[in-house]
Amino acid sequence: MFQPAQVRLSQKCWNNSEARLLEAEFRVCAGGAFARVRFSSHPHEKEHFRAKGRDVPQIFTASADTRLRAVLALLALMLIAALAFLKYQDSAYATLRDWVRHQPVPFSHEHHVGGLGIDCRYCHTSVEEDASAGLPPTHICMTCHSQLWTSAPMLAPVRQSLAEGNPLEWQRVARVPDYVYFNHSIHIQRGVACVECHGRVDKMPLMKRAKAFQMQFCLDCHRDPAPNLRPPDQVTRMDWSSWKQNSSEHEDYGRLMVKAYGIQPSKLDDCSICHR
Amino acid sequence: MMRRYLTMLFALLALSACDEMNQQPRYDSYEESPLFRDGKSLQSAPPGTVSRNARADAEALLNRPPMTSALLERGRERFEIYCRPCHDASGYGNGTVPARGFPKPPSFHSARLRLAGPAYFVSVITDGHGVMYSYADRVAPADRWAIAAYILALQRSQSATLDALTAAERQKLAKGGS
Ligand code: HEC
Repeated sequence: MFQPAQVRLSQKCWNNSEARLLEAEFRVCAGGAFARVRFSSHPHEKEHFRAKGRDVPQIFTASADTRLRAVLALLALMLIAALAFLKYQDSAYATLRDWVRHQPVPFSHEHHVGGLGIDCRYCHTSVEEDASAGLPPTHICMTCHSQLWTSAPMLAPVRQSLAEGNPLEWQRVARVPDYVYFNHSIHIQRGVACVECHGRVDKMPLMKRAKAFQMQFCLDCHRDPAPNLRPPDQVTRMDWSSWKQNSSEHEDYGRLMVKAYGIQPSKLDDCSICHR
Repeated sequence: MMRRYLTMLFALLALSACDEMNQQPRYDSYEESPLFRDGKSLQSAPPGTVSRNARADAEALLNRPPMTSALLERGRERFEIYCRPCHDASGYGNGTVPARGFPKPPSFHSARLRLAGPAYFVSVITDGHGVMYSYADRVAPADRWAIAAYILALQRSQSATLDALTAAERQKLAKGGS
């Protein structure tokens, strides 16, 4: 809709001998009624077209140019927004990678795993047989802390939990969406080391998510599992640098184990492997 | 017109925020539940419940499995996970946890424990002993025998004579290997 003010502007334009207005039709809104106002083009231009023997048909409205620019600007904006969104999705912010969450007790895997050398399974007891690795009940903390640090204020919530029979409310750190049916046991039995997904927990004073847990991460391994297979009796080992340094020695291990276990990588990326 | 496009754009953007499949209305293990008074979705079995495995477990606990190298291997793995932090790798009780102030466990190589026998170790794992908690919730009955077998092997290892070794093993020992 054009306001009369804009029409006046166009008229001025037409008066200018430089104007390249050909032929335009404006709708002027006055007092609620529409009036069509027709402008003829600049005399010279008109002659030019007349000479060629055709009359210029009216195709575009005068605002067409503005609209085109607006659409182009919008497209550019959408592209930028899409790129920004993709970037955001991979960011540590969106994937919660490397973020530490507030926990009722500042439990340190660095101390328990790295310092004391306690095996993951001492606390995560169901990891070998269950889909879930198992969060330790307070009782397990108490196998040591019934005697150690028994009056440390840091551990007050643990003692309270034991006394009242209420579980500690840990905040989940490593989580996959509900539509992903991840099963720890099969990965452990085939020798996918804990560190592969959870990172060097023995170097984390506070627990954080080491990997983004996006689908690509799962697929990379499902499509080519061999390099990530380790002897199952060492799954909880944290430092594999010597294994990777002597990669020539272990070149065949993964490949042979894929065969021995009957793993078919071609089927391992079927949707139904992880989604149902 | 423009306003309509804008509304549509915002509606689309808003859609990307509703990710219902991510958080489905079901309980995952350990999830909070307002249904129960204690707030747990993972409810413990009511008192008096008998486990489906109860009979098999009881039998496994009574019957000592034959000594095999597979049993020893299993026993070593379980021992390293559940016992080593306190009793240390060779069973002298110098683990990392006692080093931090936990009461020091007795050595498995004392005269008394050398005579104790595997059934005793199984009973200590099952019921605990003094300040040592029971490990019955973490070590399955069959695995308790495996650990007991491994402790026997540890005990043997500390008083093994050179004659018990093969020539190759003796050579390795002489070289300082273990
Ligand atoms: C948290 C540390 C800790 C862990 C883990 C632990 N123990 Fe103990 N254990 C002890 C302590 C301390 C004692 C001495 C208890 C006492 O006399 O009060 C002990 C005592 C024992 C004894 C000797 C009992 C006696 O008659 O003197 C045996 C056998 C034993 N533990 C076996 C095991 C086995 C098997 C495991 C693994 C499943 C294990 N322990 C795990 C700390 C531990």
